[in-house]
Amino acid sequence: MDRLKRRNILNNIMLTLTGICTVLTSSVLFLVLGFLAFNGWRSLNWDFFTKLPLSAGETGGGMANAIVGSGVLILIAAAIGIPMGFLGGIYLAEFGGKTFSMMVRYTADLLNGVPSIVIGIFAWTVIVVPMHHFSAWAGGFALSLMMIPIGLRATEQFLRAVPNSLREGSLALGASKTRTILSVIVPAAKQGILTGMILGVARIAGETAPLLFTSFNNQFWAAKLGEPSASLPVMIYTHAISPYDDWHRQAWAAGLVLLTLVLIANIASRWVLSRGASAQRG
Amino acid sequence: MKRQILCIAFFTAAATMAASAETINAAGATFPAPIYQKWFQDFNKMHPDIQINYQSIGSGGGIRQLTEGTVDFGASDMPMTDEQLSKVTKYKVLHFPTVLGGVVPTYNVQGVAMGMNFSGPTLAGIFLGTIKKWSDPALKKDNPGVNLPNEDITVVHRSDGSGTSFVWTDYLSKVSPEWKSKVGANTSVNWPVGLGGKGNEGVAGLVKQTPNSIGYVELIYAAQNKMDYGSVKNAAGNFIRADVASVTDAAAGEAKEIPADFRVSITNAPGKNSYPISTFTWLLIPDKIDNPTKKKSVTEFLKWMMTAGQGDAAGMFYAPLPKPVIAKEQKQIALIK
Amino acid sequence: MASAVVTAPPQSRPRKLTNFWRDGDQISHLVTLLFAASVLLVTVFLVYELWIHSGPSRAKFGFSFLTGKTWDPVAEQFGALPFIYGTVLTSFIALAISVPLGVGAAIFLAELAPPKLSNACTFFVELLAAVPSVILGLLAIFTLVPIMRQYVEPFLKDTLGYLPWFQGPAYGVGYLTAGIALAIMTFPFVISISREALLAVPPEQREAALALGATKWESTWQVVVPFARLGIIGSIFLALARALGETMAVTMVIGNDTSIHTSLLAPGYTIAAIIANEFTEATGDVYLSALVELGLVLFALTMVLNAAAQLLIIATTRKGSRQD
Repeated sequence: MDRLKRRNILNNIMLTLTGICTVLTSSVLFLVLGFLAFNGWRSLNWDFFTKLPLSAGETGGGMANAIVGSGVLILIAAAIGIPMGFLGGIYLAEFGGKTFSMMVRYTADLLNGVPSIVIGIFAWTVIVVPMHHFSAWAGGFALSLMMIPIGLRATEQFLRAVPNSLREGSLALGASKTRTILSVIVPAAKQGILTGMILGVARIAGETAPLLFTSFNNQFWAAKLGEPSASLPVMIYTHAISPYDDWHRQAWAAGLVLLTLVLIANIASRWVLSRGASAQRG
Repeated sequence: MKRQILCIAFFTAAATMAASAETINAAGATFPAPIYQKWFQDFNKMHPDIQINYQSIGSGGGIRQLTEGTVDFGASDMPMTDEQLSKVTKYKVLHFPTVLGGVVPTYNVQGVAMGMNFSGPTLAGIFLGTIKKWSDPALKKDNPGVNLPNEDITVVHRSDGSGTSFVWTDYLSKVSPEWKSKVGANTSVNWPVGLGGKGNEGVAGLVKQTPNSIGYVELIYAAQNKMDYGSVKNAAGNFIRADVASVTDAAAGEAKEIPADFRVSITNAPGKNSYPISTFTWLLIPDKIDNPTKKKSVTEFLKWMMTAGQGDAAGMFYAPLPKPVIAKEQKQIALIK
Repeated sequence: MASAVVTAPPQSRPRKLTNFWRDGDQISHLVTLLFAASVLLVTVFLVYELWIHSGPSRAKFGFSFLTGKTWDPVAEQFGALPFIYGTVLTSFIALAISVPLGVGAAIFLAELAPPKLSNACTFFVELLAAVPSVILGLLAIFTLVPIMRQYVEPFLKDTLGYLPWFQGPAYGVGYLTAGIALAIMTFPFVISISREALLAVPPEQREAALALGATKWESTWQVVVPFARLGIIGSIFLALARALGETMAVTMVIGNDTSIHTSLLAPGYTIAAIIANEFTEATGDVYLSALVELGLVLFALTMVLNAAAQLLIIATTRKGSRQD
């Protein structure tokens, strides 16, 4: 009896502990959002979105060039990364030879796991050094390297999930493989692939380390893509470690904007995916 | 379809952006960054087609990026050494002094007000780690009557390659043989103790947030952020607080005899009221600029900086350049081809 | 109408030249092959560039780079040990916090929680993984560091100060704070993957244990968790790989000190942090190549860990190949 009682008490204690663990871990997200909102929302005014940053110690100004700069960098990264991931994924799902596909998958996983600072070093050696210039190109290139594995995996996974009957039906009607892929399989998998791309963009939107010595930073608008460019994550970093209260205030606001965009992208892609899954079952 | 629209929008935006200003990229010292950023901003208002993008990444960064050729000019509080100059092969680097400034010991100690006195060997001891507490006898001796708490001293230094570090360690090497042999003077040294902050901004940020800490920053960083900073004992034996007058005094001796390449150290200067941790800070300009628009912009800026720009210095806690130095500098502008 | 159904398996290797030349299929095959191959090439090129640009440092120091304790740019003496130490120590602290927390939460979500609650909580936890590192760093500077400096570190010094790991001034920044920030970034992986691994355990295992009179906890801890252990260990490896490579949040709270300290309360440095801080100002070829070599070391570490993690996870979760 005594032993059973002890076991039951242990049971209750341990299970309560796991419940506490869950509460702690699930609430961190809300704490993060809460702090950002509390500290940042007052600074989200029209100036923040439209004005350029002022020199240190002066109050006011905004992060317009950083917002646009981030947008430009993401566009460059997507322009390189999406086609590569998409077409590479098609190869792996539809054409691939066994060993070669395995090698490609392995290296994609490897690339995915490379620390972002090391990707920054690579982009620096490949673009900044020959160009003798920090540039938006270099930053966009670094970010694209991080998008490729995500796009590749998502494309392959969702293309494979398309039932074989669709493929066979299309081929039976005399369509070529290319046409089958383009008109039948990809549209069937498009929600999943789109989700993967959105998640990829959300991931690179917040990356700072690869930009530190590629796109560098800029007080003004970047006149060309070959010039250094401001970006939200780098601005948050430089402003957070500074001693100026006004810069801190702006860092909070920028953090709030960035996190909101990232979370919206993540939530939206999950919603798209869940809708697509239920539509496919029908 | 959506992607096509995005592409068109993107290229239109890029095209309109490309139609506007020519950007000149510069990087370097955080020491003069506040006044440089103000200067470049004001200069841009007067000449909207000239954008000078200055990134404060530390003197070491400025020298490095200039050597690599990724920036059009650099900035540093430590004059480039002969070895560093020899690595820049495409052109000769010209040093242009811009302002004078002082490096102050800034601290965050509860109950202790502004203007604590520090002597050179004491500062060396703190940064060597031999003086560990605020209540140490050496500090008490220089500050009779001040209630110093019995707390550990948290030392803050630079984590990046810094001209400000060079000025600080140069001064410490002159007043403490132990420091000179153990650590030495350079932009990046093997700090015996302490936390590392990135840039003058990072050090100021850390000291501001960490109780019982002490760090070294350019005067404006302590002043703008309303932080306490101390007076330092100069070579004449007086405790002097850094301000425009005391920093100008420190340069008085060198002003008339400044070498032709403007590379000089004025730490621990003689003079009753000199502030002992003062320094010039320089723009590192190539003597050959290929792009004619850029060359014109840079020379215009330099001319403006030496005349109207000097008027901004005092308001931002920097000291303007002595007149003999400006006269010599204006002749150096002609060397830029 | 007896027409043979053309079965073209998704992975058709072109066997005859006649099939090969059909309707632009050759072109699309070639195009997609090139793009897939370029992924391979880019990664190989990355390793190559890292190798080449770390040349001067490798030539000067050889293997002693990994054991050298001094980082002196003036004397051009570079050793990686303080940074390897800092990286491993902060990751270890992160795991020590996030593994018990994460596995505990995973157990609750897989075994005890009703499905809706389980899915909702997992959703929140997985969203946390999407929060950018620099934002967590921002939070850490202004909220975590003051708490550490004013409450947690003095408390640790008072209670455990006799141990060498809790001595020295309470800066607020340092190994411990960085470890806690890393823990927040790693427990989403532990929870998400461990939960999947636990859910993949067949219900018969649980029922058998319960039928033998075990309590719910005993059934979970002694039967289900061991059954899923490979997946859980895989999640830990993945979390570790992420922790090793984290840059921004760590750079902002680690104190930037290039020496080795025993105390967890002391400031330190990690490989990623020093590259981020010093790369743009590394004067001199040896200095820069030493930083690139550090990047190479980090790359090698994460590569090994990721490979181990993938193998372990493939071995257990029900989907077979886990997409994270």
